[in-house]
Amino acid sequence: MLLDKDRIFTNLYGLHSPSLEAAKKRGAWHLTREMLAMGPDWICDQIKASGLRGRGGAGFPTGLKWTFMPKEVRERPHYLVVNGDESEPGTCKDREIMRHDPHLFIEGCMVASRAMRAHKCYVYLRGEYIAERHAMELAIKEAYEAKLIGQDNDNGWDFDIYVHHGAGAYICGEETALLESLEGKKGQPRMKPPFPANAGLYGCPTTVNNVESIAVAPTILRRGAEWFAGFGRPNNAGTKLFCISGHVNKPCNVEEEMSITFRELIETHCGGIRGGWDNLKAVIPGGSSVPMVPAEQIMDAYMDFDTLRDLKSGLGTAAVIVMDKDTDLIKAIARLAYFYKHESCGQCTPCREGTGWMWRVMERMVKGEAEHDEIDTLLDVTKQVEGHTICALGDAAAWPIQGLIRHFRPEIEARINEYRLPRAMVQGAVIAAE
Amino acid sequence: MALRRFDIEAGGDSFAFKPETEDKIAFWRAKYPADRQRSAVIPLLWLAQKDNNGWLSEPAMREVADRLEMPYIRVYEVATFYTMFRMQPVGKFHIQLCGTTPCMLRGSESLRDVCKKEIGPAMYVTDDKRLSWEEVECLGACVNAPMAQINDDYFEDLTADSFSKILSKLKNGADVQPGPQIDRINSGPEGGTTVLTEPHLFDGSRNEVSVLPNLPSAEPEADSEGSKALPKEDAPTNTKRETPEAKPGTKTTLLPKKGDED
Repeated sequence: MLLDKDRIFTNLYGLHSPSLEAAKKRGAWHLTREMLAMGPDWICDQIKASGLRGRGGAGFPTGLKWTFMPKEVRERPHYLVVNGDESEPGTCKDREIMRHDPHLFIEGCMVASRAMRAHKCYVYLRGEYIAERHAMELAIKEAYEAKLIGQDNDNGWDFDIYVHHGAGAYICGEETALLESLEGKKGQPRMKPPFPANAGLYGCPTTVNNVESIAVAPTILRRGAEWFAGFGRPNNAGTKLFCISGHVNKPCNVEEEMSITFRELIETHCGGIRGGWDNLKAVIPGGSSVPMVPAEQIMDAYMDFDTLRDLKSGLGTAAVIVMDKDTDLIKAIARLAYFYKHESCGQCTPCREGTGWMWRVMERMVKGEAEHDEIDTLLDVTKQVEGHTICALGDAAAWPIQGLIRHFRPEIEARINEYRLPRAMVQGAVIAAE
Repeated sequence: MALRRFDIEAGGDSFAFKPETEDKIAFWRAKYPADRQRSAVIPLLWLAQKDNNGWLSEPAMREVADRLEMPYIRVYEVATFYTMFRMQPVGKFHIQLCGTTPCMLRGSESLRDVCKKEIGPAMYVTDDKRLSWEEVECLGACVNAPMAQINDDYFEDLTADSFSKILSKLKNGADVQPGPQIDRINSGPEGGTTVLTEPHLFDGSRNEVSVLPNLPSAEPEADSEGSKALPKEDAPTNTKRETPEAKPGTKTTLLPKKGDED
């Protein structure tokens, strides 16, 4: 178990005040001026050396991402945009950072802005996080008043930070959709290239980072890259906020070491699986967009990027959704299929039509009202949606269904048989998907 | 994709921001460059919705468009794209019930039944104009599932019982307490937290270090461009990483593969 002394988010549960004074006592805004004085190259090198990989789901090395920004500021200003849209089902970690440890986060924004030579930062919160937005506005006001940020501040790097909010669209968690939304348009993803580092917000060089990636940066610099890199297995460094929901005895958020085993994570912090370990059926280990992993494969697996990738799933946002043997897995995935159908932005045809089609078929599979060979048709359609859209929402819609069919196909077949048993007439009838 | 159309009839033909909202409008507009005022469209629509009893009428959209000097159609398309903008009248307390899988696993369907029983079908406004509800997608409080957002507040760790009590309180104008409805603090585990108990985390003793580590002068061999720090043999915590026993049928590959991301 991670020791308290090595925790970054010491006010994760809001047991203490989020105010500036209390945050300073917990270590925020300490040596910030010295960090900023070291300049972009040092900051980026340290973050690279720490092995920090993006906490928003893709796991791209954060330090490397920061170096993609132009090395000098020309006529277009640089922007840091922080992604606090947090809409991935299962994920609720950034919320805790923003409402309980906002100063650590604002400090992170300033350090990251220095690393990418930006003087302005926009934080994009999902619209539903109203209490979190107020907590952020309050903390920003405190920081301005204490001259920690703003023009001619005591930390020596002119820096303005603004909170922006969305209004309920999952797709705005995609970085280019987020930029569109921030510019006052529909949140529809842009084609890449150009990448945001060349032409992002208002056509200016921009980097979009997840809240957690940004919030851990100052502590890494304060305690040393090797301290952070000392956690987890190689290539999966650091500590991580896990959100454990579903059928555990005590669902909670917790900061843990990367590469902790699933069993240790659940036993230490969540009071075990509901009904005991024998009752575990499957786990979605990284938010709804990653395929599920059956119990026997996940039980002793390391919770990190590489292990879960090898299990044909992913760490994603480390939102662990646990499902016990009472769960109707087909229904659980059908509900996710509805989610993606609802949240598709409608820009690319494979996703706009495919998500609705997949959902309708999944709803029939829940009842068993389907043909056996439709399982393969469904799998085929998921493959045709995957990789044929501008953004990853199409992939995200396809993967949970692929995971279900990969691991629990017999269950779907049994459901179909069960449905047919009392209805001999149904056999052979073709039911259109539409 | 959600297809959404707005209620033209119920909206009437005029809308005006409340005088006290003007400060908030100015606050939001000041956040964006003078030539990029369009960025304020979502915050302004949200304020308009607040001033219009919780839903967005067509005149309200036009008012926002006029203020930001945007074509009406650009505001309409934003308003219909984002699901927090409601296109028809709602009750004084509008309940957004999360129905996505993490909440479903913990019983959101029973909450939906409560809504149907106590209020009626989705988006139906009760006769006293106090309550309405709809099912929404993940609200991002999954470890506190099942949950619902009522106006601005999150109500977490609900049961059918506690939820119907909240609804009847709202109906009768009594106060309700947002947040978790069981014995837990925010997203900590039920019954009290076991971590973050060390007092030194909170008394300022973390700030005793006065020099940053890895400064170029202090440690000349420290990181040049592109180098990677190797994790030490012993992790700083007491965790001993051992290889889990391979079980038949388990395909846990433990070695990381190189060069996957970049």
